[in-house]
Amino acid sequence: MSGAYFQRDRDWHPPALTPGYKTSVLRAPRQALLSMPTTPSEETGPVFGHDVLGPLDNDLIRNFAKDGGEAIGQRIVVYGRVLDENARPVAGALVEFWQANAGGRYRHKKESYLAAIDPNFGGCGRAITDAEGRYAFRTVKPGAYPWPNGVNDWRPAHIHFSVFGHAFAQRLITQMYFEGDPMIWQCPIVKTIPDPAAIERLVAALDRHETIPMDSLAYKFDIVLRGRRSTLFENRMEGN
Amino acid sequence: MVQRLDYLKESPSQTAGPYVHIGTNPNWVEITGVWKDDLGLVLVGPETVGERILVEGRIIDGSGALVRDALVEIWQADAAGLHNSPTETRGTADPAFAGWARQPVSDADGLFRFETIRPGRVPFSGGGLQAPHVTVWIVARGINLGLHTRLYFGDEAEANSVDPLLNRIPDPVRRATLVAPRTERDGMPVFTFDIRLQGDGETVFLDM
Repeated sequence: MSGAYFQRDRDWHPPALTPGYKTSVLRAPRQALLSMPTTPSEETGPVFGHDVLGPLDNDLIRNFAKDGGEAIGQRIVVYGRVLDENARPVAGALVEFWQANAGGRYRHKKESYLAAIDPNFGGCGRAITDAEGRYAFRTVKPGAYPWPNGVNDWRPAHIHFSVFGHAFAQRLITQMYFEGDPMIWQCPIVKTIPDPAAIERLVAALDRHETIPMDSLAYKFDIVLRGRRSTLFENRMEGN
Repeated sequence: MVQRLDYLKESPSQTAGPYVHIGTNPNWVEITGVWKDDLGLVLVGPETVGERILVEGRIIDGSGALVRDALVEIWQADAAGLHNSPTETRGTADPAFAGWARQPVSDADGLFRFETIRPGRVPFSGGGLQAPHVTVWIVARGINLGLHTRLYFGDEAEANSVDPLLNRIPDPVRRATLVAPRTERDGMPVFTFDIRLQGDGETVFLDM
């Protein structure tokens, strides 16, 4: 039997209002959130079977490429585990990822950065974690790019992640950064996270053991979702 | 030194950014051929049990402008109040109702619209039943951590009046932000759920 999900640590997550990231100013709720223990509506969530996946869903080098081509850029493998706050693996989690190409350009009609489009790179993929919570995909390292916030703000190289655990309460979107990138610490979006220790949790480590010789570098990125109370003792109201 | 509590910290959130749909709805942004159908487009099929309804609305920022680049996800119980989820412990939900859907808001008019069914009542952790509701989650550029809220139904006044979540909101004006008024279109009930991120009529968002 399991109980409510642990409350989110809102000092660890970025607050809603972060004026350094200008778009947040008009999109940040100003009223206090309504806090309540999770109910079955938040403690359940959709499940995605491995049958939704195609063979190239986790291969961004080839999943959009035409005529046997491949995406241009530094080849990397990104792998890791999805765990919960109790350090237990989250099996069957759907992990979706998207990113700019090696030049820092997204394939999107609203994208206006002058870096070239790669005709063989779509920029999206997905995977489902195995029994140990593991996922992996292959891609090219995304480029940094400028964006309109300050006159000369740049996003560090990053990959966006969307994760479904076992409960809607665990729903999370975040971004992965790359070890050693000095631009991480200059980015207004990264700086929405107040605690440097929290930022470091989003920096994937270069893992020389998992690199593929003469082929790809490897980065390890673990993701932690909210944990759930064990119901050791529970007060039950009369009649329940 | 005391013993260590060996908990991990949740990964901190980052904004979904302006191009979230590349990852969630690539076909919608014309990245075709990676996979056939974007997930979460359809909730209801011919076999689904329950009253067909439409849920629609817009997301409005603190200046009154429509948010046109958001992604909205909904999650709800079936007509009997059961969730189609492996973590559902109270019974088996209608296999013809996924219970989950997601949709980019429309670029043109900022609208999201889900064809779904009216959910049944779900128990509350402290005992008793909650009023029928749909769990709603929004991400977008400028939103640093996905916003959770709930849609309640305007024609469920009696159930709403005893709902434990609604009754935690003392201000009737704020409480009303979670209750979608009912109209009808072509004989189908339509529940309009406009979400105001900030300012007058700011929607109640949840820390659950």
